[in-house]
Amino acid sequence: MAMLEVKNLQVYYGVIQAIKGVSFEVNEGEVIALIGANGAGKTTILHTVTGLLPAKTGEVLYEGTDLLKIPAHKIVSHGIAHVPEGRHVFSQLTVYENLLMGAYTRSDKSEIEETLETVYKRFPRLRERKGQYAGTLSGGEQQMLAMGRALMSKPRIVLMDEPSMGLSPILVGEVFDIIQSIRKSGTTVLLVEQNAKKALSIADRAYVLETGNIVLEGSANQLLNDESVKKAYLGE
Amino acid sequence: MSFLSYLIKGISLGSVYSIIALGYTMVYGIAKMLNFAHGDIIMIGGFVIFTITSTLGLNPFLAVLLSILLCTLLGVVIERIAYKPLRNATSLAVLITAIGVSYFLQNIALLIFGADTKSFTSVITVPPLKLVGGNLAISGETLVTIPLCIIIMVALTTFVKKSKTGRGMTAVSEDKEAAILMGVNVNRTITITFAIGSALAAVASALMFSSYPSLSSTSGAMPGIKAFVAAVFGGIGSIPGAMIGGILLGVIEILSRAYISSQLADAIVFFVLILVLLVKPTGILGKKIQEKV
Repeated sequence: MAMLEVKNLQVYYGVIQAIKGVSFEVNEGEVIALIGANGAGKTTILHTVTGLLPAKTGEVLYEGTDLLKIPAHKIVSHGIAHVPEGRHVFSQLTVYENLLMGAYTRSDKSEIEETLETVYKRFPRLRERKGQYAGTLSGGEQQMLAMGRALMSKPRIVLMDEPSMGLSPILVGEVFDIIQSIRKSGTTVLLVEQNAKKALSIADRAYVLETGNIVLEGSANQLLNDESVKKAYLGE
Repeated sequence: MSFLSYLIKGISLGSVYSIIALGYTMVYGIAKMLNFAHGDIIMIGGFVIFTITSTLGLNPFLAVLLSILLCTLLGVVIERIAYKPLRNATSLAVLITAIGVSYFLQNIALLIFGADTKSFTSVITVPPLKLVGGNLAISGETLVTIPLCIIIMVALTTFVKKSKTGRGMTAVSEDKEAAILMGVNVNRTITITFAIGSALAAVASALMFSSYPSLSSTSGAMPGIKAFVAAVFGGIGSIPGAMIGGILLGVIEILSRAYISSQLADAIVFFVLILVLLVKPTGILGKKIQEKV
């Protein structure tokens, strides 16, 4: 059984239908990419999975429970972390306090300390800047903080929304290296990206989204070699 | 010497404004709404204490505790009944509801306690302090108000900065959606904020009516508005801003009353607000949130 299974999801903004019956699944240990142009509905799907947006119909099954029936603030404690588009770090809190916010639903102090140590190991920059207000960090550092903060909840699956947006090519490479290392540590990743080439290079499977519908799916390799994908998303 | 005595009196009145302003500023920060019924909680608190001490003749300390308890409860109930159903409504709808709640509380008090102004008996029994051979007298109310205000400020700042709930509040005030993703229960956070704000209003009412003892159904309106001014003055949403704004406002008010004109004092207070907002629209400590891409 798939770890996360989205079935016939439909989402509306008022009268406008943003997601028109989308189904996909994510298996444990996979990196799955959702690619597509601006406005295709990628972010809307992630927001619906973590409860920030209500769905009209459909199911979001996570290990058998329907997430659509759970209040948004309870979803993270099920092992699902969401790194939102545009990082959304808390600029009035320090780096350290932001990371503690990531562990908000956990209560065991020594276990939180342990996770904090592994996050600092993965992002040495965050340790250097732990007392600094998050609002003073650079874009790349904020992205690292947003990812570190998500890992603080010890998630089994991480949803990442446009982690490479607005970053320099070197930082983009760094972000994708980190995603791979997160995967290696056994955490499943659902990745939403406009940078299709990069996303497909690390994903196992991918879904191509166009105006609220999935138009293509397959292994990342298949899609990398698909003529229509090449033309529309890879710029070849 | 009289200047010093006015200054101390101003700081004391300002401390009361600060405590009320904290309720405004915290609720604004978390729920992004102006709770114009906040001032009327002060009036209700005053009547609770008045009823328990003057009518029932019980211990004033017990009366203050009961008032804090009842006001906290009232604040939470108002939020549940009047504001929670409007969570996704326009801010104008919430504002009008808050004004409605304000009139509702005033008229309920009018119905229960009547239209005549009551004379509040001070709940503070500390004797006044005479300094410099009796030339500088500090009232017992002032001797309690200023230190209590400092204790509340320190405690509240520590709570918001150091506790998990406090961090959750900061997170909700800055970015509600990201806070939800962290697992913060926004409704619970808003309830806690209203509870803290209303409890502080009850404390402020005990202090204020002890110094300014006339109590009627509209007694909360003016201090409420002034505390709102103090919150805007200091930068709405900012806790230290509310403290500074409140104390400045109290000092300006008392000094204008003493040296310029007691009739014009309120006009001067509001004029200073206009000046501050012209020069610095976000208030003294108000932050302009800048986003980095």
